[in-house]
Amino acid sequence: MSGARLELAGLGKSFRGLRAVHDVSFSVPAGAIHALIGPNGAGKTTIFNMIAGVHAPSAGTVSLDGQRISGLRPDHVCHAGVGRTFQIVRPFKGLSVLDNVTTGALHRRPRLAEARDAALAILERLGLADRRHQLAESLTLPDRKKLEVARALATEPKLLLLDEVMAGLRPTEVDVMVGFLRDLNAETGLTVLLIEHVMRAVMALAAQVVVVSYGEKIAEGTPAEITRHQAVLDVYLGAEEVA
Amino acid sequence: MTARAAIGLAALLALLIAAPALLGGYGLSVLILVLYFAYVGQAWNIMMGFAGQLSLGHALYAGLGGYIAAGLYFHYGIGPWLGIFAAVAVAVAAGSIVGYLGFRFSLAGVYFALLTIAFAEFTRIGFDNWEWTGGSGGLFLKVERGVVDLANLRGGPVMFYYVILALAVGALVLCRLLLESRLGRYWLAIREDAEAAQAVGVPVLWCKMLAIMISAALTAVAGVWNAFYYNNLFPETAFAMGRSIEMTLAPIIGGLGTLFGPFVGAVVLTGLGEIFTAAGDRLDIPGIKQIFYGVALLLIVMYRPAGVWPWLAARLGFAERKP
Repeated sequence: MSGARLELAGLGKSFRGLRAVHDVSFSVPAGAIHALIGPNGAGKTTIFNMIAGVHAPSAGTVSLDGQRISGLRPDHVCHAGVGRTFQIVRPFKGLSVLDNVTTGALHRRPRLAEARDAALAILERLGLADRRHQLAESLTLPDRKKLEVARALATEPKLLLLDEVMAGLRPTEVDVMVGFLRDLNAETGLTVLLIEHVMRAVMALAAQVVVVSYGEKIAEGTPAEITRHQAVLDVYLGAEEVA
Repeated sequence: MTARAAIGLAALLALLIAAPALLGGYGLSVLILVLYFAYVGQAWNIMMGFAGQLSLGHALYAGLGGYIAAGLYFHYGIGPWLGIFAAVAVAVAAGSIVGYLGFRFSLAGVYFALLTIAFAEFTRIGFDNWEWTGGSGGLFLKVERGVVDLANLRGGPVMFYYVILALAVGALVLCRLLLESRLGRYWLAIREDAEAAQAVGVPVLWCKMLAIMISAALTAVAGVWNAFYYNNLFPETAFAMGRSIEMTLAPIIGGLGTLFGPFVGAVVLTGLGEIFTAAGDRLDIPGIKQIFYGVALLLIVMYRPAGVWPWLAARLGFAERKP
């Protein structure tokens, strides 16, 4: 497993005339961790869905290591090396924790026994191995978030898209997840792009932060730069202080 | 599978093999019905229990299978073991059309079910008017008494019993193998959440197509068996809505998505059906059988919504986890 470079060029998406994302360009170098932040409804998840193949962009392209992936079906995007989690977790509820992750592992390991071993190794790293025989629907929210990450990692991605995996976690759990992602990134060189509202995690993980508002990129820089950026303070951080 | 379950299964299989020697004509005919519903239930369960796609038109595949094989035998003397290939091919083609229209255009749940009903219905009307298969007047195979000709599937109940037993065991083994394969695991993932499945690389459309094709193929084989066992075919019954519904009952009652659910469900349903028929005859009240039957189904679905088998398996100490 090693990382791939992600590049978004002039990406746009309209839903029946409603402009959800407009002319967004940025790139994430191989092996880097970047964050995508912005107020609710800014178009972050739409951008993720375009990268993951759920929506075809209305304009622009997404490429992974120079290969265009925009317009491909989600399973082909997965095959190209993109793993993603869902903002609202979508475990296979009626399957065991192990079977959930095994499904992801089967993508690169068609033999069930091998896929199961690979899945178990990932569950151990995420601290879910004890719960492997539990049904996914019986997990607590923090564990479901972990399961979501484990299932995506099982497909052996080069780029991991994390959609608010910290939301709903207690500060100590956030620190555990941050530590896990940082170690994983250091060991494997996996590229990570995360949508995150939990600034504690963004500050700790991201080398660069892209800020979107009303579907457009309004700023990009290191976390320290972003927190001083006037436009960002106006639309996003300021609003959070009021709330 | 626990050791206890393995012994139980071996004992059951031995009993089923010995059954024709132990049972009279009536008992054997009931057991034939049980195995038939276990087999078609297993085939239907692949779609609904494994891949989560509701078909309420499975009579289409059984009807096509039966008519094709019986028609080839009736007109050209082509034996059913050869005719079965044509029967399966036609049913798989029909399943592919239904599946492609439904899955490609994302008809989900009841809308997909309506599509399956529609195909069965207009095929019924088509066969009503197709002279080659006798139209609405039906297609009849010559009944030959005292002959046992396995090559042409002509013979008595004992022969048909062993054929359906082999089919039921074969379908069970096939389903077990499928569930332990990548395809089977992908079906379960699609059943649980198709979008999440696609995100981890599952080719959803293709997997659903394979589910309907395999299910249609197995169902067509049941149709061939059925046509040669009863020796007559009418569009009004072969493609009937009721025929489709009765195929779904055994897996629903026994336990959707489980391997032994269709068999257990078939035992319960056929058993209750026979008991209520006898009770109805004794009481001499018209329609009482249907009322008993309906109430019994209602009670089972209310109190064992996951099916009889998962509950029974836990009680007997057979650990079949619902996959």
